[in-house]
Amino acid sequence: MNEPIMDKHPLELTVNGRAYRVDVEDRKTLADTIREDCGLTGTHVGCEHGVCGACTIIVDGHPVRSCLMFAHQAAGKTVRTVESLADGDRLHPLQQAFIDHHALQCGFCTPGFLMLVVGALESDPELAEEQLIELLSSNLCRCTGYQNIIKAVRSVASQLASRATGPGEA
Amino acid sequence: MKAAPFVLHGPKTVEEAAGLMAELGDDGGIVLAGGQSLVPMMALRLAYPSHLIDINGVEGLSKVGIADGALSIGATVRHAFFHHEHPQAGVLGRLLTTVVRHIAHYPIRQRGTFCGSLAHADPASEWCLVATTLGATAVLQSASASRSVEIDRFIEGAMTTSREPDEILVGARLPLLPENARFGFYEFNRRAGDFALGMALAVYETEEGLMRNVRVGLGGIEEKPRRISAAEAVLEGRPAEREIFAEAAQAALAGLDPMEDATTSALYRRDLAAVVIRRALEASVAGGTPKQ
Repeated sequence: MNEPIMDKHPLELTVNGRAYRVDVEDRKTLADTIREDCGLTGTHVGCEHGVCGACTIIVDGHPVRSCLMFAHQAAGKTVRTVESLADGDRLHPLQQAFIDHHALQCGFCTPGFLMLVVGALESDPELAEEQLIELLSSNLCRCTGYQNIIKAVRSVASQLASRATGPGEA
Repeated sequence: MKAAPFVLHGPKTVEEAAGLMAELGDDGGIVLAGGQSLVPMMALRLAYPSHLIDINGVEGLSKVGIADGALSIGATVRHAFFHHEHPQAGVLGRLLTTVVRHIAHYPIRQRGTFCGSLAHADPASEWCLVATTLGATAVLQSASASRSVEIDRFIEGAMTTSREPDEILVGARLPLLPENARFGFYEFNRRAGDFALGMALAVYETEEGLMRNVRVGLGGIEEKPRRISAAEAVLEGRPAEREIFAEAAQAALAGLDPMEDATTSALYRRDLAAVVIRRALEASVAGGTPKQ
């Protein structure tokens, strides 16, 4: 018999507008739950202690480390992952900008960077130019040396910021 | 890299949370607020609480307000709240908005809390330095009582506070600063967003070109932040000038007890103390924070 402390508890998560009914232990992180229980493996798990940023997702409009939240803490919240960005075959402008500027190589860190930037510019559209650099220092990329990520983000920053207040945006 | 098993509790009121702490605090129960320090420690198995009292859903703890000459900050107010200046907090609001940019990274600041930093009492915590320099008050609540503690008596050492196991840090109060107050903050670390190796905060008023009510706080160097009275004494009543700043920074070295770790010697931190104090003072005449 399991110790009660290891029991799984039912939970309803809203991810990318869809409700998922899952059954997870209290200690299971939101990152692991999104990947293993919701089957959304676009969110990557790197360091598992909040340093690398690969697992960055948007919770109630703010970019956060999903390895530093327990899944049950996301009950009743609106969760968005990288799977929400593209509209069918049409990529999100930031995704297209990453391709155009060669802002990824192996791609492991990319979902985290995309959600970091989308979340930050939506909730903080007035983020100044030098704050964009500080923002991008939040996540680790071991391939690109960051310059191409900075170029990609700069190329669409004003477009993304205007989406924050544009019609039809949550 | 997975946390040890625990039971997660989600109280909705302070009373309910305090009741859980009364029941579980002595038995390894601990408050979970932003979780940006606690959860990594749990992942690394440096911490393995048996119960987490998640206060994120507790009503009334996410408020920031001004009363009796102080800014009161509830237990679930995030670092990111201070990304924008509080319109009624004057110079203190500008100080907090200057300092907050040095705390970890943007996504961490969306979750981590002001009070959580005080309760965690990391020597490298910017908020612990701000609270100590300005003379903050910690507000603690248990099931049976509420008490206010001066920050110097709250932070006892590295990761150590005078919070009793059944108490919750429900808020903190920071005294407002007069309109003629100036401040300067400087932090040194090896990478952007990393823990501070050393940092200083200087706050003073100016009267006819002279510094009055000088406060110089030093953080990241010793096991807990503290005001450096030897430096304050050099500055009090004198003009805000570079040579005097340098003199104060040198005076700060007497009686320092710097920490030592595998990568940073005590001698290095001692030298760094003088540097960060001088640069914080220089920042005070350059609008709060130095140009990088």
